[in-house]
Amino acid sequence: MAKQAVSFTLNGKAVDVLVEPRELLIHTLRENLNHTGAHIGCETSHCGVCTVDVDGQSVKSCTLLTVQAAGSDVKSVEGLASADGLHVIQQAFVDEHGLQCGFCTPGMLMRAYRFLQENPDPSDEEIRWGMSGNLCRCTGYQNIIEAVKTAAKNLQQA
Amino acid sequence: MIPSGFEYHKATSIADAIAKLRDNEDAKLLAGGHSLLPMMKLRFAETPYLVDINGIEELKGIRIDGDTITIGAMTTESELINSDILQQHCPLLIDAAKLVADPQVRNKGTIGGDVAHGDPGNDHPAVMLALDAQLVIHGPDGERTIPANGFFLGTYWTTLEEHEILVAIKIPALKLGTGHGYSKLKRKTGDYAVAGSPVVVEMDGDIVRDIRIGLTNVAPMAIRAEAAEDLIRGKQVDQALLKAVEKAVIAVCDPAVDLRGDEEYKSHMAAIMARRSIIQAIENAKG
Repeated sequence: MAKQAVSFTLNGKAVDVLVEPRELLIHTLRENLNHTGAHIGCETSHCGVCTVDVDGQSVKSCTLLTVQAAGSDVKSVEGLASADGLHVIQQAFVDEHGLQCGFCTPGMLMRAYRFLQENPDPSDEEIRWGMSGNLCRCTGYQNIIEAVKTAAKNLQQA
Repeated sequence: MIPSGFEYHKATSIADAIAKLRDNEDAKLLAGGHSLLPMMKLRFAETPYLVDINGIEELKGIRIDGDTITIGAMTTESELINSDILQQHCPLLIDAAKLVADPQVRNKGTIGGDVAHGDPGNDHPAVMLALDAQLVIHGPDGERTIPANGFFLGTYWTTLEEHEILVAIKIPALKLGTGHGYSKLKRKTGDYAVAGSPVVVEMDGDIVRDIRIGLTNVAPMAIRAEAAEDLIRGKQVDQALLKAVEKAVIAVCDPAVDLRGDEEYKSHMAAIMARRSIIQAIENAKG
């Protein structure tokens, strides 16, 4: 199949890639653009480790063709931290021990990043519902919920 | 895991999409892609030509004209959940959409894809039956509008013809004295229902004037429990009647056996879901 030129923004920078239509966004990010923060887990849109932000929405990048992202504004976990240090959400995951092995963390962070814009002051129940597309096999989730709560509080004070 | 190769076309209009379906053998439509792309990656599905209908504006949005709500087929689950029109005139759809998959999937997954795919595990088909929805379909020969009741023929099998596209869903707005209930049993977030049941009732005081009971994932396709409906219509619901209704629901179930359970368990759970939804719907109608 002929390759197609696709342009989009990744963490604020314009990128151009040449891809087969069947290539999935997660592969383009990791293998073509060397952004390996988003991980590959279940590959069938269950686990959420590949979560990135596309045009202001959380999306599982294992289930989006790169050609579908043409013209989009994509944000990955690499875009969270700045020269000033960790993003408030990242710091909250550190402070609350919201990770153990860290494999699910990029997806958790990107989902929390978007969720807290959709709902800046969530209840515990709303956090569980809002984060329910991301699986963690280590923490038992309690500290992830705490991290999102702490992040919400700190974002509101920031 | 990647799909086998295909040519990709981003359709610009409904007519363009239909033309591409007609001109390319075995072409497939890409809606939200959260059923199709995993199936293509697992090589359960293959296509030489993929027609992406995500860019077609006329397939999107929710509006109300008089007593009829029209929902564009490419409206996402998240858009259903956040719709003020649905909150006011058809909250059953919101209750159902909230229990579909997870937040990320709901951002991509569409009501039209869910209905047209023909997967008995999808949640909207039974909701369409309970709501007595009409489906607006475009094809090479023009437009037709058909009742959802009769659209679902079997697993991945509907009355949608080869080059047709489901473009919109029409739903009667909730009337006074109408109530709805929704119950879905699932093992975990993101899993298909073990059994689910959307119910709509029209009450006349304590008497059920009319009722529609939909059932999800307990037959080769979404079905209505018509014998159970007949038992309730024109009656006041009490415990004895609910027992009889449960039996009638179990009798109509023909679930596929899988890791979610055997036939007896799933049928029993369908009866429990229907029972809960009926009680909810009657309470809801009282307002």
